[in-house]
Amino acid sequence: MSAVAEPIAVTHREIVSFRVAGQDFCIDIGSVREIRGWTATTVLPHAPDYIRGVMNLRGAVLPVVDLSARLGFGTTEPSERHVVIIVTIGSKTVGMLVDAVSDILSAPTDDFQPTPDVVSDKAKAFVEAVLSVEDRLIRLIELERIMPTSLGIVK
Amino acid sequence: MSGNDIREGFFEECEDLLEAISDGFAAMARGQRDSETLNAVFRAVHSIKGGAGAFNLDTLVEFAHKFEGVLDAVRSDQLKVDDVVLRLFHRAGDRLADLVALARDGQIANPADNAALVGELAALIDDDDGAADEAAAAAFVPVTFSLDLFGPADEAGPVRHVIRFTPHRALYTTGNDPALLFQALARLGDLEVSADLSRVPPLSQLEWDDPCIDWTLTLNTEADEAAVRDVFDFVDGLCDLEIVQEGAAPAVFLPPLIEAPPLLVPEIPADDPAPPVAPRLGPVPADPMPEAPAAVQQRATIRVDLERVDRLINLVGELVINQAMLTQSISEVKLPPGNRVEVSLDQLKRLSSEVQERIMAIRAQPVKPLFQRMARIAREAGQAAGKTIYFRTFGDATEVDKTVVERLGDPLTHMIRNAVDHGIESPEKRLTAGKPETGTVVLSAAHRSGRVVIELTDDGAGIDRPKVREIAIRKGLISADKELTDNEIDNLLFLPGFSTKTEVSNLSGRGVGMDVVKSEIQNLGGRVSFGSRPGFGTTVTISLPLTLAVLEGMVVEANGETFILPTTALQETVQADPASIHRIGTDGLFLSIRGGHIPILDLGVCLGLQDRPSDLKGRVLLLLENSSGGRTALAVDRVVDQREVVIKGLEGNYGHVPGIAAATILGDGRIALILDTDELASAMAAEPDPIPQRLAAAGG
Repeated sequence: MSAVAEPIAVTHREIVSFRVAGQDFCIDIGSVREIRGWTATTVLPHAPDYIRGVMNLRGAVLPVVDLSARLGFGTTEPSERHVVIIVTIGSKTVGMLVDAVSDILSAPTDDFQPTPDVVSDKAKAFVEAVLSVEDRLIRLIELERIMPTSLGIVK
Repeated sequence: MSGNDIREGFFEECEDLLEAISDGFAAMARGQRDSETLNAVFRAVHSIKGGAGAFNLDTLVEFAHKFEGVLDAVRSDQLKVDDVVLRLFHRAGDRLADLVALARDGQIANPADNAALVGELAALIDDDDGAADEAAAAAFVPVTFSLDLFGPADEAGPVRHVIRFTPHRALYTTGNDPALLFQALARLGDLEVSADLSRVPPLSQLEWDDPCIDWTLTLNTEADEAAVRDVFDFVDGLCDLEIVQEGAAPAVFLPPLIEAPPLLVPEIPADDPAPPVAPRLGPVPADPMPEAPAAVQQRATIRVDLERVDRLINLVGELVINQAMLTQSISEVKLPPGNRVEVSLDQLKRLSSEVQERIMAIRAQPVKPLFQRMARIAREAGQAAGKTIYFRTFGDATEVDKTVVERLGDPLTHMIRNAVDHGIESPEKRLTAGKPETGTVVLSAAHRSGRVVIELTDDGAGIDRPKVREIAIRKGLISADKELTDNEIDNLLFLPGFSTKTEVSNLSGRGVGMDVVKSEIQNLGGRVSFGSRPGFGTTVTISLPLTLAVLEGMVVEANGETFILPTTALQETVQADPASIHRIGTDGLFLSIRGGHIPILDLGVCLGLQDRPSDLKGRVLLLLENSSGGRTALAVDRVVDQREVVIKGLEGNYGHVPGIAAATILGDGRIALILDTDELASAMAAEPDPIPQRLAAAGG
């Protein structure tokens, strides 16, 4: 069911890992456009609580997702030490508010394991696979699920 | 270049060519019927035919060919262009445009659809042939001669053309395929192809991209040499071409449309606009196609992907913001007055704002293509309504943002149909009123004080105000005793569902009215208004911003956030005065102003930023008129400024936000949201009885 199960020619996968609410997460490096420090966003009316607002990235207006709120850990009180990872999801460019970026890793494709069933439904919906690096467990985020599904009727 | 690129290039070119055709006919309608004008049209039709042939668009080719034939008859003075002929030409031009559009969309055109028009076109030549023959006969040609010329020539049977075809390297590198040319020839008659391989070097010496095969083609066809040369039109200059005809009398080679006199007078005057193809035996120069005089206007333009321009606009916007931030930081340093840093900074500011202006101008496009489309609408509307319409345009070169040009099509179409249908009287009525039988509709565009003004004027009967009033009363839009000024009556036409025609007409009445026009124009940040003199006609005036990328807005604050309110919807701002505010129910607040009662909306509540309206004391009310004429008062904390802001879409990276039209970037780099006042107002369903309310307000 996950991307890992499919045969992939490349044997390694490059990822960017970061921390949200004390847990380690990662995404594919290919979807990362840049990483910026936190700057104040403009509130977006009628948006879900995990949409922090919109930010200005060199003239483009991007929504910023509070990943902690999205994953069900509660909203973040952002400070200057928080980080926004700019990612491309399909045709959209989106900012993700995280606590800190930890690493850029190259991990063998085989090391990505299906998400264990024990995790709660909410988190599991966004975690595509898990990866063990030394004593850490890094959760691979399925970016496509981060943004609201029906944007026409944001409530 | 892929095949698709070439195809797209062809259709882009077609747009220019169709424009040239339309231009030419417009010039002819103005009485400019010289050979240069005609040649321009002829060349354009011919080029479309040539290009279409390369893409196997047979129906298009066939129609263009017929059309070209008739135009050629005009060129050779066989056919006189009068108003009837010109009208037919217009229709043929329209049909050509349709066929091009069909081909572009990959749809198959039905040749049968052209049949009627083709018939009319053909009749034009036949009739005129007859007439010309008679005239010629009367003057100096025996009737039998003309039979010789036209009769037997048409039935002369197949002619043998021996074509020697030597492709240059460029023919192959430009993606032409001789096989396709041969196939096209084979469609004309029986074709024999033989390749001369004598120049083919041994494999070891072969240059892979050097053509070394010459072809000899023998074609038995009833088509004339021009038709054969047509096939090679697209490789003109890319090959050596010799066409030799065998086994037929010289007269046969005369294209049937060439008039008699040049035959009788073998010395052709040098300035003859259409030198007849007199017996052409042996090699001929490879330029059989209509002469392309150097006078053809060459516009130095390039086609640029719109996305590139938009990126540039974004970048420049960012540059301007950065410069504003720099200015702010430097002013905080408090340098002594007249210091060099601030002087240079001023220059930078001027430069960057000029660069911004120039880049915005790249998106601007002349309204000409749009106006040409409208000319067609006017013609068709006139035809359907049985009225002859003289349609004129002014200010075709006026430039407007590309998107505006694209989105003006529908409202203008509707307005023109209205003008023809309701404005211009029937020919009988016009004559009784002492007006010329032909109604005039004028569409003009001009820049006026930083905006684009588009006016549509007709010389019809004008707005029948008593009738409009009567209908408004009957529909319950106004009370019978209401006194309205002329202007107010005219504005009733913008109310939704208002139609003065009792029966739904084929043209303008399709359930949509001027209210749709008005909302479309308002969506573009524009305004629309009527002016009318009974008996003399009506003028509809549209005023639009120069560019959609910039919007004039009020910078307001609510709930600590900054918002932009487009000034197009704003009527006035008032301080919230407790004496003029009334409460109905628990939360229903109304502002009484000049006899009208306007519902008050709290911006914070509308946007879901707060649950209950805040105290109005000390706040500002913005009086807005929405596109359907309703009014609301929007309560905000403070009005900060009025300025032009650059519009940034939200939909690209996020999606639609209710009540928000777009976003912009403020001088400090922060984002402010631009309000969609219509959506804000309609989201509040508390309006108890909108129509009397609206008119009460309008009457005040």
